This record gives sequence, structure tokens and C-alpha cells, in this order.
Amino acid sequence: MIECEDLSKKYNGDFWAVDGVSLNIQPGQILALLGQNGAGKTTTVRMLTALLNPTRGWARVAGYDVMKHPHEIRANVGVLTEQHGLYMRMTGEEYLDFFGRVYGLESETRKKRNQYLLEYFGLAEAAHRRSGEYSKGMKQKLALARALIHDPSVLLLDEPTSAMDPESAQLVRSEIARLRSSKRTIIICTHNLAEAEALADTIAIIYRGRILLNGSLEELKRKVLGPVEYEAQFSGPFDAGELELPEGVELASRSATSLRFRVDAPLVVNPKIVHELTSRKAPLVSFQEVSRKLEQVYLKTMADAQGVAYAS
Amino acid sequence: MRRNWDAIWLVARREFQDQFRDWRIVVPMALLVSVFPFIADDTTRQAVNFMSRFGGELILDNLIPFVILVIGFFPLSFTLVVALEAFVGEKERGTIEPLLSSPLEDKHLYLGKLLVGITTPLVFSFLSIGIYLILVSRHDVEFPSAYMLALILLLTFAHAILMVSSAIVISVQATTIRSANLMASFVVVPVAFLLQGETILIFWGNEDVLWFAILGVALLSGLLVRLGLAHFKREYLLGREIDTLNFKNTYRVFRDRFVGGAKSFLTWYRVEIPATLEQLKQPLIIVAGLGMIALFASYAWVIVNVPAYIEFSPERVDDLRKLVSDNLVDLDQLRVRLPAPLLFFYNARTTIVFLLMGLVSFGTLGLTLFMFNFALVGGVLGAADLVGFSPLLTFVVGVLPHGLFELTAVILATAAMLRVGALLVSPDTDKSLGETLLLSLADWFRVFIGLVVPLLAVAAVIEIYLTPVLIKMAFPFL
Repeated sequence: MIECEDLSKKYNGDFWAVDGVSLNIQPGQILALLGQNGAGKTTTVRMLTALLNPTRGWARVAGYDVMKHPHEIRANVGVLTEQHGLYMRMTGEEYLDFFGRVYGLESETRKKRNQYLLEYFGLAEAAHRRSGEYSKGMKQKLALARALIHDPSVLLLDEPTSAMDPESAQLVRSEIARLRSSKRTIIICTHNLAEAEALADTIAIIYRGRILLNGSLEELKRKVLGPVEYEAQFSGPFDAGELELPEGVELASRSATSLRFRVDAPLVVNPKIVHELTSRKAPLVSFQEVSRKLEQVYLKTMADAQGVAYAS
Repeated sequence: MRRNWDAIWLVARREFQDQFRDWRIVVPMALLVSVFPFIADDTTRQAVNFMSRFGGELILDNLIPFVILVIGFFPLSFTLVVALEAFVGEKERGTIEPLLSSPLEDKHLYLGKLLVGITTPLVFSFLSIGIYLILVSRHDVEFPSAYMLALILLLTFAHAILMVSSAIVISVQATTIRSANLMASFVVVPVAFLLQGETILIFWGNEDVLWFAILGVALLSGLLVRLGLAHFKREYLLGREIDTLNFKNTYRVFRDRFVGGAKSFLTWYRVEIPATLEQLKQPLIIVAGLGMIALFASYAWVIVNVPAYIEFSPERVDDLRKLVSDNLVDLDQLRVRLPAPLLFFYNARTTIVFLLMGLVSFGTLGLTLFMFNFALVGGVLGAADLVGFSPLLTFVVGVLPHGLFELTAVILATAAMLRVGALLVSPDTDKSLGETLLLSLADWFRVFIGLVVPLLAVAAVIEIYLTPVLIKMAFPFL
């Protein structure tokens, strides 16, 4: 579990890299922390791994206070850093074995974990090659294996699938999903919005050290982009004229072959809209929710924060 | 204990493995070890042949110990490469963060890297010395004694710790390898001077004096290791990406500490200065005590030992008293030759030199200089005693009037300097090395501006205008 309240970090006496971040992530949940480069994601993660002391606020990770029990936190947290951080002259097996020892694993456990992780990430054949000879994706997988070597209850992953080929990225995403199902608490810092959308239970957008938005994907969409939109498409031109729309429905846009409605309670009003259209003999082909991506939420939030117009 | 050692060894073993897989380290080291002893052997042979023609016995006797010292030092230069890489290198390659995120403690990381930094170059260094000794043993030259050899090996060992410990301090504080390499001159230049000093000691011919060098270097190394451990912070390694000098913040921190909570100059004197003096209680006791010991020890040494070198016959004593008398005539001209402001400037400069020496040695060199000054006073009093002047009267009229102010000022400045050194090697989880230095310097300047400067000004006036008069009055027969 990860909890923090008003977590803040000041550098150089006057620069707030993180300012008042509050989060609550339960076991079995994934939080995606999104933001521009330099927004404060890495500093937040470093405070949560007890690498940096907060200037203000508090945080508890895996049940330990970051200020009082940094050693226990480090022993219970798995960290995938922004750079893979591999020792290039060590083989994959040696590298995992070294970190297994660092985390105090017994010889037998260490061997089993090494073998499991190397095989799981498809690195078993390359286990005796120096990691300097690995491809980018293999390096990233080895770094992720390192973060998992001690089977931590909390995982902080910075760009977990960067530089990976689609198959490897999918493999990593499956592993992250599996870890969630085994009640791990996970934070992912990423620029890959599709990945965040696919994996995260909660999404937080950070800008200049402050959390601008925090909630589930649906909550964020509703908050930033407004109510859900549904689109009716027609097989040919259709003049809808003055529609009698039920309460809670607003006509968002129209064209010759489509109409878009902004809807508050789709379960209640959508049948009524469809009924209205069919009663007017509309050549209805489809009626479906307009897909809204996290990317739109993110870009609009950023545009609002920077005071510029959002071009959808 | 066992757990700590296991963790230190874990860090060290990985580094050893890494080093011996890096041909950029192994090849130059191997070349240095295998080639340099042969070059040195040939040079020694030619030097011996050359010197023998002119009978340079002193140089001939000590040539081989000197060459051993140099041969041992060359591989040690690699300590810098290894140690500078230790933290900032890992930081630059991005490998430090996974290590810092692990449950390894600071001391495990620090001492593990220190161990590697010392061991590898030292092994190569001793190997190089060994090869050279085998080569030298084939020639008809005087082989150094086992005692001398042991001293030089110890000195080489002390050099290794000194260089590695200072390089690791740099490695922790630097943000890039480039800046660490630039800062390495702060290690190389003093160690080069040190080596020259030790060479003088070797050619001086007194083996036992080398013990002072060994102890001095070992003390400094110990303090550097302590400084490194005290200021090793994961936060510091990760918290800064580039070196930025925030002059505004630096000035603000310094000013806030210097001024304290005082709203006026009077409050500063009434509240802040006594508070600083309270902090200086312990160093003041130590410094004053060591000053007294130096004074009395020097006095006693002069009384006991000088007569063995100078025969104090009645004629000799008369000559010496006449010499003193001639000098006292010059005292009338003292205010012309040495005006009070100039004397004040010299004394103030001396206290600043104590600080600077203290800064590079965590107080030890500054304290040594301070003790040397007190020993000088003791020596003068001893000499006065030997030529028949009352040492007590000499002290009361010749030292005490201005000394009351001057010695107090010097004791205060030295105590403040000692505190700067002590703070640097004391762990403080909240402050970086730079902040600690800045705050302790602000404390030193408080003492300097608030007390030392006024005291030295008064002392200079008394020393120029009153002390000569009192001496003339006390010794009218001269």
C-alpha cells in the first residue's frame, strides 16, 4: 500500500520539484503517474523509495514511514529506474544473482527466482552473455527482472516498456497485470498513454510538481471532457429537424449523415434517443459511444494548465 | 559485524570483478607494473655509477628507498581513476540508483568502494616494488634495511588510503566525472608536495622521522574517511543533476547564520556572540590546554636541551645579553619600522592562515601552527632564563600586556577553526557538506569579526606603544 499526504520536495533552496502530492493506492491497484519531463514524477518516486527526504508532508510505503524506516522500505519495494542501470560487464545471471544477494535472498531462493525470471522474460538463453551485448529491450527486461528479484509487495516502475518491441512490451504488461492480481501495489510512471489506459486503475497527472488530476479513467474523462458522447450514424443524408430530446441530453454536433449527443445517464436516456430517431424514420446504421482516449484528457489538462487552447 | 562485512564484501567483490574485466584498467596497470621497475632499475644503476664517481654517499645510501617510494606511488595514481569512478561514474552510467534503492546501508556502499579503491592499486604497487627489489638485489648496491622497507611500505599504504579517501569524497560530491577529474587536482597536487616532503625526509637520513609522515598521513586519511562517511547521502547523489552555484542562496544562508536573530549591532554582541562562545566552550578548553602544553614543553625542552648545544660560559652569556640589549635599543624605533596597523594586519592574516590550513586538514594543521606559535613563546622564555633573565618577568612585561589580547584572540580564532574541522567530519543528516562548511565558516567569521579583530587591534597598539616601554622599565640595567 502507498499513502502520502502533502508530499513536497524543494531543491536548491527555492525550487519546488514536487509540491503537495497526495496519493492513496491500495494493494492490487495500479496508479499511472503521467506528466511532462521534469514534472516531478521521478522525484515523487524517489521520495516514495526513501531515496530523497521530503521537505514537507509524509508518506507510508508497504506500511513503513519513509522518514523513519527507509531501510525497510527499500527492502520491500522493487524499483525500475528511468535508466536500466545494468552493469555492462556482468552476465544477466550474475546481475540477478548480485541483486539477489543485495536483497538478502538465500542461495536456493536466489537460484529459483533467477531461473524463473530469466525464463519468464525470455532471457534464459542469454543468461551467460554480458548484458552489454543485450538489445535495448533485453536490457529493459533484465532491469525489470532485477526489480522483481525479491518479490516485492510494492513496485515503482519508471517507463517499464520503453525501448521494448511490441511482443516484449505485451509480456511486461501481462506481468504487471499478474502482479496486480497478486495484490501488489504498483506505480507506473509513463509517457505511453495507451499503456496507462490499459493497465491503470487510477491515473494521476502531475504538472510542475502538483497533481492536477487524480482518479479512474472514467472519472477523468467526465471531469475533463464532459459527459459521454454518443453518435448516431445514418446510411444517407437525414434531416433531423427539431428533435424532442429527453432531459439530460444535449445535441453536441450534427452533420448530414450523423448526430452527436452529450449524455448524462446513457442507460436511461439512450433508448429514448433511439426511439425518437426511429420514430422519425431515420436511416439509422449505428448508435454508439464516441471513443475518448486518455490522450485527449491528458492533452486538454496540459493545455488548460499552460493556458493554451486545446486542439482536439 | 559479520553482516556488515558480508555487505561490504558484496559491494567490493562486484567492483573487483568489474575492474578485472575492464582492459582499460588492467592493461595500463600491468604495463606499469611490468615495465616501470625495469626502467627504474636501469636508472638506479646509472645513477649509482654516476654518483660513485663524485662520492655522493648521502644520496647513494638513500637512492633505493627513494626509488621504492616513487615506484610504489605510480600505480597508486590509479586509485584516483578507480575511486573517482566509484560514485559519480556509477551515477553518470545510471547504475547507482538501483544500488541506492536497495537495502544496502550507506557504510556498506562507501566502505565497499573504499576497499576496492585501496586494494587494487596497492596490490599493483607492492607488486611493482617487489619486482624492483628483485632486480636491485642482483646489483652490488646497498640494500635498504628491513626497517626502512617496512616504513616505506607503510607510507605507500597510507598514501593509498589518503588518495582514495579524498577521491571518494570528491566522487560523492561531484555531479559528473568531468568535474570529479577536475577536482582531482586537489588530491594530486598536495600528494605530490607530500611526496617531495617525504623525499626530503628520506634523504635527510633519519628513518624515524618517516613515522611522523606516516602518522600525519594516516590521521588525515582517517579524518577524510570520516568526512566521506559523515556526508555520504543518497539524496545528495541523486538530488543534483548539474552543479549550480546559487550565490543568492549561499549569501542568504551565510548572512542568516552570521547575523542570527539580532536586529541591531548591540543585540548581536549581547546575544549572538555569547551564544557562539557557548558553542566554542569545548574547543576553547582543548586549544587553550594544547597551547599551554606547547608553551611549557617548549620552555622545558630549551632549558634541558639547549645547554648541550651552546656552552653558557659567563662570557657567552654576556655576549648574548649584549645582543638582547642592542635589540632593545631598536625597540624605540619599533613604531616606525612596524606601525600598529601593519602588526594588526600580520596577526589577522596569521589567524586566517590558521583557518585555511585547518580547512584542508580538518583543523589539524591549523592547530599544529597554533601550537608552534605557543612553543615559540615558551622557547623565548626558556632562552631568557638561560641568559639570566627572569622568565616570569620577561613574560609579564614582554608578553602579557599585549598577549592578554593577542593570545586570547588567537586562542578564540583557533578554537573556532577547530570547530569548523570537527563539524566537517561530524555526521549531520539534514545538511550537505557545502551547507555544513558554509554555516561553520559563518560561525568562524562571527568570532573573527566580533572578537578576534577588536582584540588584535588593541593588542597591536599595546605591543607597539606599551610593551617596549614596560620592557625598558623592567630591564633598566640593559
